[in-house]
Amino acid sequence: MSGIKGQGITPSQTVGPYFAYGLTSNGKYDWNDAFTNNLVTPDASGDRIRVEGRVFDGDGQPVPDCMLEIWQADAQGRFSDPRDKRALPNSAFKGFGRCGTDANGGYAFDTIKPGPVPDPDGKPQAPHILIAVFGRGMLLHLYTRIYFDGEADNAADPVLALVPSDRRATLIAVREPGNGNAVYRFDIHLQGDNETVFFDV
Amino acid sequence: MTLTYSTASNTAHPPRLSPAYKSTVKRSPQKPLIIMRHTLSELTGPVYGHETVRENDHDLTTQHKGEPLGERIIVHGHVLDEDGRGVPNALVEVWQANACGRYVHVVDQHPAPLDPNFTGAGRAQTDGDGYYRFVTVKPGAYPWGNHHNAWRPAHVHFSVFGHAFISRLVTQMYFPGDPLFPFDPIFNSVTDEKARQRMVSAFDLENTQPEWALCYRFNIVLRGSGATPMETK
Repeated sequence: MSGIKGQGITPSQTVGPYFAYGLTSNGKYDWNDAFTNNLVTPDASGDRIRVEGRVFDGDGQPVPDCMLEIWQADAQGRFSDPRDKRALPNSAFKGFGRCGTDANGGYAFDTIKPGPVPDPDGKPQAPHILIAVFGRGMLLHLYTRIYFDGEADNAADPVLALVPSDRRATLIAVREPGNGNAVYRFDIHLQGDNETVFFDV
Repeated sequence: MTLTYSTASNTAHPPRLSPAYKSTVKRSPQKPLIIMRHTLSELTGPVYGHETVRENDHDLTTQHKGEPLGERIIVHGHVLDEDGRGVPNALVEVWQANACGRYVHVVDQHPAPLDPNFTGAGRAQTDGDGYYRFVTVKPGAYPWGNHHNAWRPAHVHFSVFGHAFISRLVTQMYFPGDPLFPFDPIFNSVTDEKARQRMVSAFDLENTQPEWALCYRFNIVLRGSGATPMETK
């Protein structure tokens, strides 16, 4: 039973409305969690941050049944994956998190601010977090990137440069006022005038 | 080794706007998606081990005091990339309705009984060659509100992690010969017939266990990197 080259990939289907007890249970169901929305490990270096926001549909209504997944580098810009040949993991930081949206479409991740990751030409990209959006009514998840407000490197980032300037703001998480660990707000609009930029990857 | 994931592979997926499935209408982007070169961020992905998958997480029939009601089945298969290579150590998560077509989720109000011996969630990691195996009960069909007399064909939800964040796949496994196939807008959102059939498991008599459980085989093909595999002769 070996694979046949060129047979094509298995198509995506919606995550549906009932994924929570299997994927994002957070203690509400009789099942152990594989992933949570807290990526911080005690030994991870770097600035601790919270990224939070809400997900909205084309009518501007909150989407209460989304699943969000994030993937990011550590504070030194390295991925916890042997395919990152530069990686010299010095902590238990995994860089992956998962969160369901609540009744108000809200989500939050506690993590650390990622460091710069090189682009295919070796030039640094501005710090960013990848986010995948799954949901009922979404037959295929969407990919986008969370960049950070006030980051000097944003101006030279090769991916942001591909985005029409009037839509770039949809990719920038805004720093909330306050002391203590930084909180960044990143709302996701699946559709509409303020539609978030999504990437075809 | 150059890693290149062709976006041409994505043509197997359903269009995000698929109006027969009504919820897609307000939840699909209308502006063009931005094409970009893959960077290390897209080409890496989470790696998980035995701390994530416990020994019996693959058996959905032994999570409670008694056995769940319904038809016990084995679901197994090979996780491959599109270059035909097995994907070892891939995390496979499943969730499903019980034998009556009822999910344990609080939002599911279908008036079919819950089963105190069935949660309906499981997890497995593929072996060194990319194979996985679950034991569960066959889920029932259930009604939903998309249109008059709408029923979902029996299915098991699958979530799979491949080598990269962009090879991530969430799909549904269907059972062969389901009479609801022609009427289901989610199944038919995949417009290519061959691609659609890749979501349908095959009855597997060879691995059916006598006096115990029918077996279904469901191979899952993820995007491949196009990298040349190492020849070991």
